[in-house]
Amino acid sequence: MILKSKDVLGLEEMSAEEILGVLEIAARFRAVFDRPVRSVPIMRGRTVVNFFHEPSTRTRISFELAEKRLSADIVNFSTATSSFKKGETLRDTAENLAAMKIDMLIIRHSSAGAAAYLAGVLECSVINAGDGAHEHPTQGLLDIMTMRQRLGDLRGKKVTIIGDIAHSRVARSNIWGLTKLGAEVTLCGPPTMVPGALEKLGVKVEHDLKRAVARADVLNVLRIQLERHASKSFPSNREYHRMYGITEEIVRGLKPEAFILHPGPMNRDVEIASEVADGPRQVILDQVANGVAVRMALIYLLSGGDPGALGGGQAA
Amino acid sequence: MDWSWKRIPAEFLVTNVRLCTQGKLGKRKGFLHVRKGRIEGLGVGSPTMEGLPVLDGAGLVCAPGFVDLHVHFREPGQEEKETVATGSLAAAAGGFTSVVTMPNTSPAIDNSGMVRYLIDRGRDAGLCRIFPTGAISPGRQGEAMCEFGDMVAAGAVGFTDDGSPVPNGNLMANALKYAGMLGVPIISHAEDLTIVGNGVMHAGYWSARLGLAGMARASEDSSTFRDIELARASGGHLHVAHVSTRGAVEIIRRAKSEGVHVTAEATPHHFSLDHSRCREYSPLFKMNPPLRESEDVNAVAEGLADGTLDCIATDHAPHTATEKEYQFDQAPFGVTGLETALGVGITYLVNSGVMDLGRLVELMTEKPARALNLPVGRLEEGAEADFVLFDPEKEWVVRAEGFKSRSRNSSYLGEKLSGKVAATFMRGRLTWLDPELAPRGED
Ligand SMILES: [Zn+2]
Repeated sequence: MILKSKDVLGLEEMSAEEILGVLEIAARFRAVFDRPVRSVPIMRGRTVVNFFHEPSTRTRISFELAEKRLSADIVNFSTATSSFKKGETLRDTAENLAAMKIDMLIIRHSSAGAAAYLAGVLECSVINAGDGAHEHPTQGLLDIMTMRQRLGDLRGKKVTIIGDIAHSRVARSNIWGLTKLGAEVTLCGPPTMVPGALEKLGVKVEHDLKRAVARADVLNVLRIQLERHASKSFPSNREYHRMYGITEEIVRGLKPEAFILHPGPMNRDVEIASEVADGPRQVILDQVANGVAVRMALIYLLSGGDPGALGGGQAA
Repeated sequence: MDWSWKRIPAEFLVTNVRLCTQGKLGKRKGFLHVRKGRIEGLGVGSPTMEGLPVLDGAGLVCAPGFVDLHVHFREPGQEEKETVATGSLAAAAGGFTSVVTMPNTSPAIDNSGMVRYLIDRGRDAGLCRIFPTGAISPGRQGEAMCEFGDMVAAGAVGFTDDGSPVPNGNLMANALKYAGMLGVPIISHAEDLTIVGNGVMHAGYWSARLGLAGMARASEDSSTFRDIELARASGGHLHVAHVSTRGAVEIIRRAKSEGVHVTAEATPHHFSLDHSRCREYSPLFKMNPPLRESEDVNAVAEGLADGTLDCIATDHAPHTATEKEYQFDQAPFGVTGLETALGVGITYLVNSGVMDLGRLVELMTEKPARALNLPVGRLEEGAEADFVLFDPEKEWVVRAEGFKSRSRNSSYLGEKLSGKVAATFMRGRLTWLDPELAPRGED
């Protein structure tokens, strides 16, 4: 058993062994992508519900693709197309889902803790597709997979995460996963976005971007949520770009092999300059492909898939 | 004469109890003599009074009925959470005989008719004395002043917009002056909404880790400071509700030493629990002010021990099970407290060595009564016979089924506490009896 729990709620709950185990399976699925027939019918006859209580395009499509490649039956709920609004408590939602006898639930919710709550009351497996500002474990795993493809073992490797850490579930999942694998993590952004209290998780906080990236092996550049901030956490997009944007000048100061992740979608010329976004250092399309593979791996493993039955693939 | 719980006689003796009043727990066994709803006498030993029914309270402490300066009984408007009747029963079960109700009902208690209505509802229930507070501003809108004079004449014991702060400093200053003239306090819910924003728990390590929006201490500290300075300038009486930060404790301590007329209360949850309790995202640990850090918890406990904080008040805030089934960020603020207050006090303050039992009882009886000038809270000859019998060593596990409140949103569910109420009397009449702890006699 690679995964000890029936659910994937966060990288906080996963051990280093579990993370590496999942990534190994994900690497085998990535190898499958290059074959003419890309599906593995392990989920035939099983129902996966994608319950998105918050708008999301990329993550939902990535999950759907993963489910389709595993031949699952898919049901999509989202706030736009169903009655799941604030009026219904999550317990009501859970009871409805339980009555539908589904096999797996993928949940995206605006409230931190929502996935864990559902996992506690449902018998089926639950995968957290992002809960409030808490965790986004599949994003964390795909980021780590992308880093390991280039860096191998992450022990001692320097990862700098830049952006609104306080409100970022991507950042939290990265922090838990990367520190477990022995990476040295630095958080960078203005103090309005980077709570110093997070140093207790074993990471460094650095408000000066140049210093934060000087020795980095990899940058993970978070999306700035323009709508959230409107003049509270930073003065303007222009100033954010000037102080924390990944510009060509910043890139010139990086180690030669250093590369850049971004969870997408990008705000060009805010957190990342257009030239850098289109330049050779970014690995965004690898992240997207790895995202499908990681999600396939998790669904496969939670459904009792046999890791040995998949054949070899390059190690991630 | 044998004791029977079925019919409480007009005159009786309670014997073999340790009397606990005026900050002292009697070392020797004593008695309480009740006659026609009043305390006829009390003392050590056991008097021989031929023919009087005797309630043998061996193993129990006999204290004044507890006094709670901060409860939300939700009536009118939110009777699905609590009513004056169910709240009164919860109070009695917790050993309380007097409670001060907060005016943030729907509609708010903002006129004398509403004050009278609440007092009547309390009298109808007959289980607890209801001392209403009135709103500072009509509809708690924070814009103008209610008719304080008319409401005091109807029985209001103070004014507060609790649940919300009074953002308008000029209104707060005038309220303090005007209420001061009438001899009643303004109760401050010290919070700065522009600082807390959309916060749902204490701003610190746990909010950062859990990804929940934080409520900074500075909100409470700066508002407490503002209200104290307004009280200093006006000479009015400020009572600070639910103090939760080390900073606020220090501000109050200094103001008291400088002679400002300020009193303050703290809740059981703020002297017993810290913000790490939010780690499972349970809304049973969501309240306002929020659970803070261990240094705040210790400062609140020390403030109670040294008298900086005058008393314990529960901020009993019932919510339905459904409301507490929303996710942490969506659920309403507030937890119940009446039925666990004694157990939490004994477990976290007495058994941990912060204070002795006599002091704890004083903080739940005489001290709160004095802070708001309520004519209750002491066992003395001639006083009305409001008293509680409790077993300070009885261990029990808090269970949802055990609550008499209409709501069960307690932070202590599943926790083992020491100290439980056996029986509560108001004006010599039984208002609560724990069948398991009932002193012997036929039931
Ligand atoms: Zn309040």
